[in-house]
Amino acid sequence: MNRLFLFLYQYRAFFTFVAFEVVCVWMMVSSNHYQRALFFNSSGATVANINSFSYNIGEYFNLKETNVSLSEENARLRTLLGQKSTSVVSTISTESDSSVVQRWEFVSAKVVNNSVDRFTNFITIDKGEDAGIEVGMAVMSGNGAVGKVKATSDHYSVLTSILNIDVMTSAMLKRTGHFGTIQWDGSDPQYLDFNFIPPHVKPVVGDTVVTSGYNAIFPSGILIGIIEDVHLNEAALFYDLHVKIGQDFQKLNYVEVIKSKLKVEQDSVEMPFNPLVK
Amino acid sequence: MSRLGITQIISFILLLTLQVVFLKNVVLFHTAFCFLYISFILLLPIDMNRLILLGVGFGMGLMVDIFYESLGMHAFACVLIMFMRNYYLNMLTPQGGYDSNVRPTLATNGLQWFLVYVTPLVFLHHVVLFFLEAGGFTIFWLTLWKAFASTMFTTFMIVVVQFLFPDRKRT
Repeated sequence: MNRLFLFLYQYRAFFTFVAFEVVCVWMMVSSNHYQRALFFNSSGATVANINSFSYNIGEYFNLKETNVSLSEENARLRTLLGQKSTSVVSTISTESDSSVVQRWEFVSAKVVNNSVDRFTNFITIDKGEDAGIEVGMAVMSGNGAVGKVKATSDHYSVLTSILNIDVMTSAMLKRTGHFGTIQWDGSDPQYLDFNFIPPHVKPVVGDTVVTSGYNAIFPSGILIGIIEDVHLNEAALFYDLHVKIGQDFQKLNYVEVIKSKLKVEQDSVEMPFNPLVK
Repeated sequence: MSRLGITQIISFILLLTLQVVFLKNVVLFHTAFCFLYISFILLLPIDMNRLILLGVGFGMGLMVDIFYESLGMHAFACVLIMFMRNYYLNMLTPQGGYDSNVRPTLATNGLQWFLVYVTPLVFLHHVVLFFLEAGGFTIFWLTLWKAFASTMFTTFMIVVVQFLFPDRKRT
């Protein structure tokens, strides 16, 4: 026993080293898999404030671009409004079901911290639990899907951006209705990979990719991007599709958090058949 | 045994603030990151207790991790270079050995020695960090390129800071 303690003491630096590294690995694993299991994340008020201050310094240089993108969005919304008022008759037939109309609720929020250069990018927004935001909600902007809420505090939320190599989003080829998975390859913040589209489908450059709505987080039909490059290797099972992102993440300013009022209901219906939950 | 002086506590806070407030958003050409904060743990006194070194490295890494939303990654890389540091310093011992309670700075040992000391440790830190972030070796060359470019940027910044604020030798 004495010899054992002597041995431990002699190599104490090495054992301390191993212990610290084990703690680090444990933190990495648990922050990936069990959301909110750990207290340490950047949605806390102090950290989020400092991050927001830091991001603001650079934001002053982009005010002009922010203005342009906001006025563009305004113009687009105004056009939509115009269309709606002129075509009262045709809108009634499509979306008159009250459960459809009230299924989604939107909370507007400002981006206070964002990055696009890392492999795992995160976005902080200035709304949190007080505004009814919960972990797992989807986030979009005027130009398309943005990400998913990862952690919340009272006044801030941290989102996992679509520009995160660990994130996979269920997506759909709008023209043909085929489903696949959107994932970022970590290199260019303007492009995503669209995987699992089989060879019998014939995607062409310029096809629109939208969310599929299969996961109860994103409503279906939210723009993700436009296909810019179609490639099919011989004997490959799936296409290599490069999608240009609709939302330029380097100019992300305002986002909308999507509250799905029926998510709990959909999940509880699906649960007995969901292999992941068991 | 060496203790943490008041100057070290101040420089800990200063470098951490600098890192999370300013350098966090400084990325050259979307590839080269600057993790200047590791100069703090690299410049701790040579004969400092190794257990304290590991602890300080862990603490520094963890603080940065919280701001970067990358829990454990910076801490892992920092603890690793803190463990390697003393072995590496022993390999680099100048003739006559190190003075007691001296820090491995540019002023005490010269530019050439300093670069030989700092660059490999910074590279090790960055390689570990970027591969942890990439979650494996699937995007090998891009990750390696990012680590390499960031090493050059970080090392350059560490040397510049050493020239701007040379350490007075403490007796």
